[in-house]
Amino acid sequence: MRASRGFWGATAVVATAALLLTACGGGGSGENKGSGATDANAAVSVYGTEPENSLIPANTNELGGSKALKPVFSALVGYKADTAEPYNLMAESITTTDSKVFDIKIKKGWKFHDGTEVKAKNFVDAWNYSANGKNGMQNASFFEQIQGYDEISAKEPAVKEMSGLKVVNDYEFQVTLKGPFSVFSTKIGYLAFAPLPDKFFADPEAFAKAPIGNGPLKFVSRTPNQNMKLTRFEEYQGEDKVKFKDLEVRIYTSQETAYQDLLSNRLDFMEALPPAAKAGGKYKTDLGERLVEGKLLGISALALPYYVPGYNNLDLRKAISLAIDREQIVKTVMNDTYAPADGYVSRGIEGYRPGICEYCEFDPVKAKEFFAKSGYTGKLTIASNADGGRKEPLVAACNSIKNALGVECDFVPATDFGQWRSIVNNRQLTGMGRSDWAADYPSIENYLNPRYKSTGSSNDSTYNNPAVDALLTQADQTADKAAAIKLYQQAEDLIAKDLPQIPVWEEKGVGGKSNRLKTVKLDFGRLADYASIEVAAK
Amino acid sequence: MSQYILRRLLQLIPVFFGTTFLIYALVWAVPGDPFAGKCGQVACPPAYIEMMTAKFNLDDSIFVQYFKYLGNLFTGDWGETFNGVSVGELIGNAYPVTVRLALIAVAIEAIIGLSAGILTGLRGKGFLDNLVLMSTTFLISIPVFVTAIVLQIVLGSELGLIDASVSEDATIGELIVPGIALGSLSMAYIARLTRTSIAENRHADYVRTAVAKGQPRSRVVGVHLLRNSVIPVLTFIGTDIGALMGGAIVTEGVFNINGIGGLIFRGIQNREGATVTGVVVLLVMVYLLVSLTVDLLYAVLDPRIRYD
Repeated sequence: MRASRGFWGATAVVATAALLLTACGGGGSGENKGSGATDANAAVSVYGTEPENSLIPANTNELGGSKALKPVFSALVGYKADTAEPYNLMAESITTTDSKVFDIKIKKGWKFHDGTEVKAKNFVDAWNYSANGKNGMQNASFFEQIQGYDEISAKEPAVKEMSGLKVVNDYEFQVTLKGPFSVFSTKIGYLAFAPLPDKFFADPEAFAKAPIGNGPLKFVSRTPNQNMKLTRFEEYQGEDKVKFKDLEVRIYTSQETAYQDLLSNRLDFMEALPPAAKAGGKYKTDLGERLVEGKLLGISALALPYYVPGYNNLDLRKAISLAIDREQIVKTVMNDTYAPADGYVSRGIEGYRPGICEYCEFDPVKAKEFFAKSGYTGKLTIASNADGGRKEPLVAACNSIKNALGVECDFVPATDFGQWRSIVNNRQLTGMGRSDWAADYPSIENYLNPRYKSTGSSNDSTYNNPAVDALLTQADQTADKAAAIKLYQQAEDLIAKDLPQIPVWEEKGVGGKSNRLKTVKLDFGRLADYASIEVAAK
Repeated sequence: MSQYILRRLLQLIPVFFGTTFLIYALVWAVPGDPFAGKCGQVACPPAYIEMMTAKFNLDDSIFVQYFKYLGNLFTGDWGETFNGVSVGELIGNAYPVTVRLALIAVAIEAIIGLSAGILTGLRGKGFLDNLVLMSTTFLISIPVFVTAIVLQIVLGSELGLIDASVSEDATIGELIVPGIALGSLSMAYIARLTRTSIAENRHADYVRTAVAKGQPRSRVVGVHLLRNSVIPVLTFIGTDIGALMGGAIVTEGVFNINGIGGLIFRGIQNREGATVTGVVVLLVMVYLLVSLTVDLLYAVLDPRIRYD
């Protein structure tokens, strides 16, 4: 009996934690307008999970850590909560003539929470530190376009600074890239590009225990596994000021418990709902107008690895894609928390075109024809980590394929996200594999380069098409943004023809708020847009 | 007696090394890369992996790793988690809450379980006996996570008597409902154990003698009968204290209590050997000391038991 106690506990916690681990990003907004006055001195609590890494911007790329750090740091560029459109936040201006040399002026009079002024060198020093191989930051590769990155990111770097970074004066610095990269000015809104105060460099470890930033909220205290407390930074200059006073990121071991707290208004915001609340669409009646819907920037797909025998077959790819009834699965299995995907880029991203994936419609008749043509015999498999609600839609996809093609299809579970990613990264898939992507920053480039370039960091199907590589490289190097997007689209067209991955669905982003909150929006990265939070006055 | 205690304390040493090594090896020797899922959908940069590997001595053999860990442990350094928090601090935050929770659970199960057991054991078959039999069977058959969630939803969300989660301070009042959930299973066992034990001893010679001597009933039951009957129950409660410390994973998870159970679970999940080993060292100590105390109590309760 004692064994069953541990076992069930383990299952429950694994499921929750894995759900959080795998949920890394996406985009959009949900809004509930209330009426009446706003309490500017209210305290707000949001659902949180324990950060996976030390609290340094360049070492934080998962939701738990981002939730605490995002409001503490303001980068050069911010993204609008509704549209994910970038705007100058700390930057006064970002100018370039060739998309290779960027001249960045920062706003004057901004302060870090310790009272020191934010100067150009705070950015340059922070970027050099983060890219330095010696410091082993998780997000180091975000700086890869900058000239001198290759030298500094080495194991024992001989240099301490990237040659592409130059401080012009206190409020201006210049960034030279290895080659033109038109998306750079959008990319630098990512948390890793935040400035760091001088205090950081004296003792990074102490800093990680009590980070000092330049954002709308400042760090107050942290009890590991319990909570993180932040409070409004009164001297904050940015336009994303917060309209409440204190923020508590409360760490929960179980999403279910957090949901119970949300329903009884003891917790103010949750950006995700537990599987039990989603089952049968229960969340809709539970939450009513307290439901917060967003538009995450991310996409779920099935990777068909070229290295698996039999899968390197275009007709088979087409057959599988046509055999999946996306509409039906999204509605019945995912309870409307996802929408069917029809391309390789999320809706709402500049450059998105509807219906790019011509084989993403459900058409069992055509599917059967292609399957017959492919000559494939044997069983099909879809592999994924099975926890956190990943299994059910994929089992449904398998059934859909089975019914349409009359072929055996099995779901192959992996124990957890870590094991799952090591299977994919070590190229040990034996069939199809779940391949989800959450955008780091809102740009069409971020959907294509990592996933479909032959050298891409997340190219799970080992796709290699020199024409696509060439187009992507050319697009990266095109200074004119509109022209660059055209080139990215051309690459996407080629990808859609090859079907290295089968797009299946996109997560909408469904959360909930307490009835104390008048407004809150969910941003594209599945975080609360803190600037949009308003608490009703009592 | 003192020799016996000394011998028992010396036995702690091999047990300590044995368990810690086993746990350490089990956590770190699990196949697979602890950093595989760390960076999301993308593989982690080599510089990061190298730094973490060096920091946690993962390149060394498991024995070298273990001795390095022990070396640090003896200087009072419990190590760090992957996110740079000291394990000592984590345990320091977590154990007072868990101790409080475990004590509440033990108090609840001892008081209710013992009284139900004594009452039914003395009276024998009847309505009360059947009632206790049925309710304990019911409690034994439902897993703790069901009890906990039902209590949470009914008393919390439906009736609004308690909060769904326990606050930062985790006061005694807040811990009573989680304590009931945690102790419910053992409560049922204690009731049954006590009942059987009392029912058996009721007809023992020494009870008959006491009654024949004309001792009042309260003294016969309270001193002669109970003192002897409680020995097996005591063994159970003793080991249960250890089990409650470590086994509170579910209850702590449901009520969001930041205790030892959650800590050990997260540690296993994130493959943080330092956390898991640290907590297990603590639990082993608790188990050993509690069972030593229980053994010593035997002698006090039953003069026939001697340790020479």
